Amino acid sequence: MSVTLETGGARKSSRMAALVDWIDARFPMTRFMKEHASEYYAPKNFNFWYYFGSLAMVVLALQIITGIFLTMNYKPSAAEAFASVEYIMRDVEWGWLIRYMHSTGASMFFVVVYLHMFRGLMYGSYKNPRELVWIFGMLIYLCLMAEAFFGYLLPWGNMSYWGAQVIVSLFGAIPGIGESLVEWIRGDYYISDITLNRFFALHVIALPLALVFLVIAHIFALHEVGSNNPDGIEIKKLKGPDGHPVDGIPFHPYYTVKDLVGFIVFAAIFACVLFFAPEMGGYFLEHANFEPANSLQTPEHIAPVWYFTPFYAILRAVPNKLMGVVLMGLAVVSFFFLPWLDRSKVKSIRYRGWLYKAFLSAFAVSFVALGYLGLQPATPGYTNAARVFSVVYFAFFILMPWYSKADQTKPVPDRVTYHAH
Amino acid sequence: MSSEADQIDGGRRHFLLVATTVTGIAGAALTAVPFLASWKPSARAQALGAPVEADISKIEPGAIMKVNWRGQAIFVVRRTPEMLATLDTAEVKNSLRDPDSEDSIQPDYAKNEARSLKPEVLVLIGVCTHLGCAPLDRFSPNDAELGATWRGGFYCPCHGSKFDLSGRVYKDVPAPLNLAVPPYRFVNEGLIQIGTDAEVA
Repeated sequence: MSVTLETGGARKSSRMAALVDWIDARFPMTRFMKEHASEYYAPKNFNFWYYFGSLAMVVLALQIITGIFLTMNYKPSAAEAFASVEYIMRDVEWGWLIRYMHSTGASMFFVVVYLHMFRGLMYGSYKNPRELVWIFGMLIYLCLMAEAFFGYLLPWGNMSYWGAQVIVSLFGAIPGIGESLVEWIRGDYYISDITLNRFFALHVIALPLALVFLVIAHIFALHEVGSNNPDGIEIKKLKGPDGHPVDGIPFHPYYTVKDLVGFIVFAAIFACVLFFAPEMGGYFLEHANFEPANSLQTPEHIAPVWYFTPFYAILRAVPNKLMGVVLMGLAVVSFFFLPWLDRSKVKSIRYRGWLYKAFLSAFAVSFVALGYLGLQPATPGYTNAARVFSVVYFAFFILMPWYSKADQTKPVPDRVTYHAH
Repeated sequence: MSSEADQIDGGRRHFLLVATTVTGIAGAALTAVPFLASWKPSARAQALGAPVEADISKIEPGAIMKVNWRGQAIFVVRRTPEMLATLDTAEVKNSLRDPDSEDSIQPDYAKNEARSLKPEVLVLIGVCTHLGCAPLDRFSPNDAELGATWRGGFYCPCHGSKFDLSGRVYKDVPAPLNLAVPPYRFVNEGLIQIGTDAEVA
């Protein structure tokens, strides 16, 4: 400390510069910061929809941090798991807050990721040259679903138990190997202590590692090709004399500051859920999960947490077990093929015709409707409605090569739409 | 004097590349075996999954007893003559998906009308063949919830699958197969052992 007190400001900054030089000679710190922040040129016309990528990263960090602290008191055994969660909620200092942050974070993760994905659909962000950005993103989504599923067993409530039982049983539909595969996944003849222990390992080590790796790959792929924007215009095609896109601005400080505003609004909403409705009336934490797992007693009404219900509704809509499982899988996997199903000349919905707008709207309505129906009991009326919406859901993908090509597109300008304030 | 490139034996390099790659992949695959095999039921899980005995002498006619075997409920029902009479009419058979248990899972000695060793004693695995929920016993006909045509049987609350008094699945429900029958044998008149076969014993 005495050294800095004696020296002047100039001397201090030159010492700082020397330190940075010292590091840069050994580690690409400055180069990395420039490539991914201060000299990463992002289109200047980002709108509201562009908040959700950075928010997803914030939630990932939140889940990792709260998760680490939860593991310090949680016991991954059938005998102790349920009681250890209650212990965290009641006896650990601020344990309730950490646990509710984690459970609310899980649902909010899916909220931001679904909005982030819908942004991609609207502006054609999956199209050439961003196919790999999209595929890495979809892999993140798959990992996230697995992470949520494994995590949901850990409190060892009765809904945890039977949710896991139903989802693991899905693999039993595979002809021939199904039953042995189910036994292999469980490691026992039923969902037991062994299953809980391995789901814990996957939830806290394997999948978070995969998630972090995939997020890095997603961002590297994005920064290689550059960000799409609401106009779907490639800003790299038009560069100024300085070699930077004329419609681009450095991510830092412009978008770091913008994203900070988004984060503050998100944090306010998050806090409202966290403090006033952490269970969200049974949608974020289901009522049946407040009693311990009972392998002999199924809850009256089994429904997954809201973010899985669109796919669950498709599963239930099909009267054949194997076909139901196959269609449910396809409902997720279909997204991977979007870059090649879409034959449109333009990316953004702004320059597409009514056909694409109609199909995308119908798809969005179906997704939400299926999500609602998946929460309801499977009465004949609801099941028939789920069948109609499932057909619309798949029509969006199957007919895409036709309607995206037949659509009357508008000419795309050279410059992005931007109104200076 | 030949250049360095001329001295490179391309064929030999290619052979070495392929040979080492194949060996490496084989080694990685073999190394994966212990890790994948560690997921199978452990010796302790298998020991805990050993056969269990159940005293069935005290089950009243028309009543059900649930036995825990491998963490699953095993339903043991002592069926009355009236219950057995509901099993073999043509009308009943037409409403079932697999009336003769051709596709369903049961030991050979239970592949009969009553799906049991002794018609009056029904032994079933109480796990719905759809997605593994626990079906409820609804033995009385004309059940308030299941309607006037209900003849008695099992009902799964999760997705509405229905089974008759032999655990045979009805048509037009999501469950694909009849409720499975576990391997079991009679040790004596009032004692059954679940988990071992009649033939083996």
